[in-house]
Amino acid sequence: MPRMTMIEAIRSAMDVAMERDPRVVVFGEDAGYFGGVFRCTQGLQKKYGKHRCFDAPISESGIIGTAIGMAAYGLRPCVEIQFADYMFPGYDQLTQEAARIRYRSAGDFTVPMVARMPTGGGIFGGQTHSQSPETLFAHIPGLKTVIPSNPYDAKGLLIAAIEDDDPVIFLEPKRLYNGPFDGHHDRPVTPWKSHELGEVPAGHFTEPLGRAAIRREGRDVTILAYGTMVFVALAAAEETGVDAEVIDLRTLVPLDLETIEESVKKTGRCVVVHEAPKTCGFGAELLALVSERCFYHLEAPATRVAGYDTPYPHAHEWHYFPGPKRVGSALKAVMENV
Amino acid sequence: MKDAPDQPHVAPTLFVPEPQCRPGDKPDFTGLVFPRAGDARRPPIDARAEDIHDLAYSLIRVLDDHGKAVGPWAGSLSDEEALAGLRDMLKTRAYDARMLLAQRQGKTSFYMLSLGEEAIACAFSKALRPGDMNFPTYRQQGLLISSGYPILDMMNQCYSNAKDPVKGRQLPVMYSSKAHGFFTISGNLATQFVQAVGWAMASAIAGDSKIAAGWIGDGSTAENDFHSALVFASTYKAPVILNIVNNQWAISTFEGVARGRAPTFAARGIGFGIPSLRVDGNDYFAVNAAARWAADRARAGHGPTLIEFVTYRGGAHSTSDDPSAYRPKEEFAEWPLGDPIERLKAYLIARKLWSEERHVQARAEIETEMVQLQKEAEKNGTLHLGPNPSPKTMFEDVYKEMPPHLVRQRQEAGV
Repeated sequence: MPRMTMIEAIRSAMDVAMERDPRVVVFGEDAGYFGGVFRCTQGLQKKYGKHRCFDAPISESGIIGTAIGMAAYGLRPCVEIQFADYMFPGYDQLTQEAARIRYRSAGDFTVPMVARMPTGGGIFGGQTHSQSPETLFAHIPGLKTVIPSNPYDAKGLLIAAIEDDDPVIFLEPKRLYNGPFDGHHDRPVTPWKSHELGEVPAGHFTEPLGRAAIRREGRDVTILAYGTMVFVALAAAEETGVDAEVIDLRTLVPLDLETIEESVKKTGRCVVVHEAPKTCGFGAELLALVSERCFYHLEAPATRVAGYDTPYPHAHEWHYFPGPKRVGSALKAVMENV
Repeated sequence: MKDAPDQPHVAPTLFVPEPQCRPGDKPDFTGLVFPRAGDARRPPIDARAEDIHDLAYSLIRVLDDHGKAVGPWAGSLSDEEALAGLRDMLKTRAYDARMLLAQRQGKTSFYMLSLGEEAIACAFSKALRPGDMNFPTYRQQGLLISSGYPILDMMNQCYSNAKDPVKGRQLPVMYSSKAHGFFTISGNLATQFVQAVGWAMASAIAGDSKIAAGWIGDGSTAENDFHSALVFASTYKAPVILNIVNNQWAISTFEGVARGRAPTFAARGIGFGIPSLRVDGNDYFAVNAAARWAADRARAGHGPTLIEFVTYRGGAHSTSDDPSAYRPKEEFAEWPLGDPIERLKAYLIARKLWSEERHVQARAEIETEMVQLQKEAEKNGTLHLGPNPSPKTMFEDVYKEMPPHLVRQRQEAGV
């Protein structure tokens, strides 16, 4: 099986989707000739022509708004927002329009589109190239929110998202583009080429939206993570010796509640990890669900490790980033609370 | 409903614009027709927008190919001011080169050059007065340098070091200085353009004579905030100068993608009833003269002016970009409006105010000054080796008073 980086896997997903379905079009800022600032769309214009892959003006509302119009016509746009931090001018179109067109027209009009966007920190991008806005999408009825953690999932989930009949937000953890970064920023990152999740089928396959993956089985505590935090959680489990079960949520909406519930009931403990700020982060939703579903199985308060409630700082990137040390402390804390 | 008349079926096809040249092509600027220096007329500052539409399609140029300042827009600068302008541009270019090198050496994360565009910020700032406010993009470092902001502080900012005026919170080049009329830069594009209009409206509400200047790139004029800025500026006759720096490239995207089928960016102002000028951005004299015209106009209560400065982005978009993947390497050298430093230098030499020898000497002096300042800045720290501001400052300035949940988080962080 070919080995791919996450960038190559995402590109391959769009390639496969465009090859199979002439309705799939790809556009975004710098996404045409150049192939995107992270090179995810490289070669697609050359292969499929300027009508199916092109550069957009710098207007996120324009990109999302035109994608909605195209989707309403019957195309399947898969658009790129250069950084998740840049999506805000398009937020109105995404949350008030794309998300509700099926509902408000009682299914008369639909918006089968995907908005891809790199998310998260770890690249010294400062406050406008580092944010994790997943909750701002997960909160919106009508949107699906996907966040893969590895090349295999990225490809399978992106094809599924493109084939989905509803608008899907596809968040790409940019710190994972080239390897499974575990939060140890002072160590070299293993490239995806030598990681099992870097093995990706060359052709068409899908990973269904709404299904979590258990990355590590364990008995003592359930870690709920997604995106960049999956490998941080795995590192924390190894380094603390806590026998943690690490669940990679993969999609936030729809959420695989069964897998979460089963695991937490088994371990009796739960730690949620995300990079986004703590207050009203997706962890709040997860802990509420765990409390509702698993309260009588809990042996310690379920807890969160998250970004601080500050803008993402430049110089203090590694103080802000919830690395394996902070996750490890939380694991030890829930284990001591017997 | 009437039947449509019979006509042959012609289906629309999507038009996707392409730049004249791509890597491997010979640079070709034949599509650009620039009038001669001195040709553009200079209307009175109270001119009505509808009476000067021609200036949105023309190009205000002062410095000709022989180093002469010609035409009705000449004469805005004394010899001393012109000499100071040359020095400001040389400093800006030398500063950029030092910081680019520092980034390449791993001393910071990121940098953005203003190579080739120095005249715009450096000459524009001379039309402003203390108290006026720029709302800049990330490529107007010349505004700070030409208005005497300490270069040491700019370096401290780029290094996110212990003396960084913005406490390590922002990417390199995202400066902020209220005292020097430089609004804090955002990494999100176009947002500042409409804020400049609001600042100018406030000045008018207060009955003040201060003016604002908004800055935006050619690519970002596609954002909604650009259009909002023009509506508000027009409606309320805000004392604001709305500057579009058209440097031909928005990362890899050529200016035609944002411009569409309109011939110029300056023409955007026409539909809003805003007097609009198109100016040779590599001509220190033309930039200064247009800026003074617009500033005088704003101060006299005649409202906003839109200016398109035509230039060329000489370097990469940023240190994260590789322009050889999307444009011919030789384009910058063959840019028909030349190099702003060389053009002002030619003028000064023609007037016997300057010489090749003095130029070489000035460059050497400036280089020495920059190296010295850089050493000093590095004593205050560099991004990865530190010292940086204390991590506890990360929790400050989120609000005026730190709320209890942030106090708790700071304690949990152990800083």
